Amino acid sequence: MSTAAIETYGLVREFKKGPRAVDAIDLRVEPGEVYGFLGPNGAGKSTTVHVLTTLLPPTAGTARVAGHDVVNEGAAVRAAIGAALQEAALDPFLTGREHMTLQTALHGIRGEDGRRRADSLLGRVGLTEAADRKVRGYSGGMKRRLDLALALVHQPRILFLDEPTTGLDVQSRSALWAEVQRLASDRGVTVFLTTQYLEEADVLADRVGIIDHGRIVAEGTPEALKAEIGRPSVEAVPADSGDLAQTKDVLARFGEEVASSPKGAAVRLSGGDAQLADVVRALDAQDIHVEHIQLHAPTLDDVFLAKTGRSLEGAGDGGEEEETATADAGASRQLAGQEA
Amino acid sequence: MSRSTLALQVGMLARRSVVRTMRQPAMIVPALFFPLLLLSINSSGLDSATNLPGFPTDSYFQFALAIAFVQGALFSAGSAGTNVAADVETGFLNRLSLTPLRRVALLLGQLAGILALGLIQAVTFLGVGVVFGAGIEAGVLGALVIVSLSLLISLAFGCIGAFVALRTGSGETVQGIFPLLFAALFLSSMSLPRNLIETDWFQTVATWNPVSYMLEGIRSLVITGWDGQALALGFACATALAVLMLAATSSALRTRMMRT
Repeated sequence: MSTAAIETYGLVREFKKGPRAVDAIDLRVEPGEVYGFLGPNGAGKSTTVHVLTTLLPPTAGTARVAGHDVVNEGAAVRAAIGAALQEAALDPFLTGREHMTLQTALHGIRGEDGRRRADSLLGRVGLTEAADRKVRGYSGGMKRRLDLALALVHQPRILFLDEPTTGLDVQSRSALWAEVQRLASDRGVTVFLTTQYLEEADVLADRVGIIDHGRIVAEGTPEALKAEIGRPSVEAVPADSGDLAQTKDVLARFGEEVASSPKGAAVRLSGGDAQLADVVRALDAQDIHVEHIQLHAPTLDDVFLAKTGRSLEGAGDGGEEEETATADAGASRQLAGQEA
Repeated sequence: MSRSTLALQVGMLARRSVVRTMRQPAMIVPALFFPLLLLSINSSGLDSATNLPGFPTDSYFQFALAIAFVQGALFSAGSAGTNVAADVETGFLNRLSLTPLRRVALLLGQLAGILALGLIQAVTFLGVGVVFGAGIEAGVLGALVIVSLSLLISLAFGCIGAFVALRTGSGETVQGIFPLLFAALFLSSMSLPRNLIETDWFQTVATWNPVSYMLEGIRSLVITGWDGQALALGFACATALAVLMLAATSSALRTRMMRT
């Protein structure tokens, strides 16, 4: 019997007139793990979440969530999961508390029990004071926090967060990160988090899966993925632009050239970050006055670049909204076909 | 799922539907104002029509009062459709799909919002009619039947709006059907009794148009009193449209609210 919180084999989701949004994905997320699903817009992140949360049937492959098959045991899957999907799905004309009341009632949590849980969750996400205000007056961060509270109403074992901090300011983002970390560490909730932010995946995720064009191109802990790329790079910007060619020559002794700012030169250090002192000494020996020198540790963007040949930032191909819309249309078409 | 759970779900969604409708003055005010405006324009501009031989009353205001109820119901289509489309567009429907909610509860809950708006409209139009001298020939009981028929018509048209919203997921498309529904109203016995429409094609269209019979059902209670045939036809057309559109909306909801 599998003990994974989320497990997929060859998961595929195709749309009749669209791309193969999810292309033979194999996943295994352990209970209590925070799994970051990192990729650019349109990579297939949201479609994967829609399949795993039973909102879209897969075209092929299998997926089990909380030990239940997403196709044949949809209700059991839904009972075990909470989800805050890409847009904070709220009714602007209801208050935060009215949302909580509706959500608790729909999950069968009634009376005083429901009220207590609603109050507790509103407090936990810092919305007690705003609870009786209509949601249309909420900031983006408040909406996201309410969305999270709603997803937690029935105390799910697995939480799906689809780009939970997109569009949020730094403060709101940090608050949400703290809550996600707390849920995972204190309550043992498994979190499946999609994001296009490198930092978010780096900070929150125990493991990261990098998805591009519907396929997982790399998977592992952030540290392991970065270590796989290996060596750091160093960039030096000479104070006198006339020294740029000489700077490049000096740096070339330490490794292969990589992209840099127009005023500087950069190489990937063949001997690792211990070579930084040697680089400084070599530049000094050539009497090159350096305005700026910086060591770049490998990032998840470097991992994405190495695996796909493109940088993650700006690698989107049309936006997740478009993908979701396609997903919806595809879903409707598929069901119409089933009914026919 | 037990009956009490289903009842709770229906109750919660009905409450939400009514609350969100009541909190949108932009949805309620035009739904009350424009039918009354049209009533006022028609009754002052077309009053001379009462001189036509065979016209059933000497007050065009009394004749035109029924239009307000049906026109108000058309606004129900817009309001229901806009609300449902917003739920699709914002992902609220997905949120509901992830709960143990039964689709029938969602449908019934949504209809409660339509009926709440319909009730406000019917009572307002009836009140205005009485205040401005349009006596209700069928009396107090007749007034209650007018409200009932009006609610049924609101339900039927509201389901058209909800159906279009569920099929397309677009508030803009819902707005787009509004002119079509108005055309259906204008191509009915809205302004004249069918037997006094002299243009043949218009009379034919009005005769085949179920909106004519909905209008005539309400109108009979205002002008004539208890006219069994007019009432039967009015209720039959409204019920048939409501049942048809409920079935279509239910099917569209099943497709839209897909979950494995």
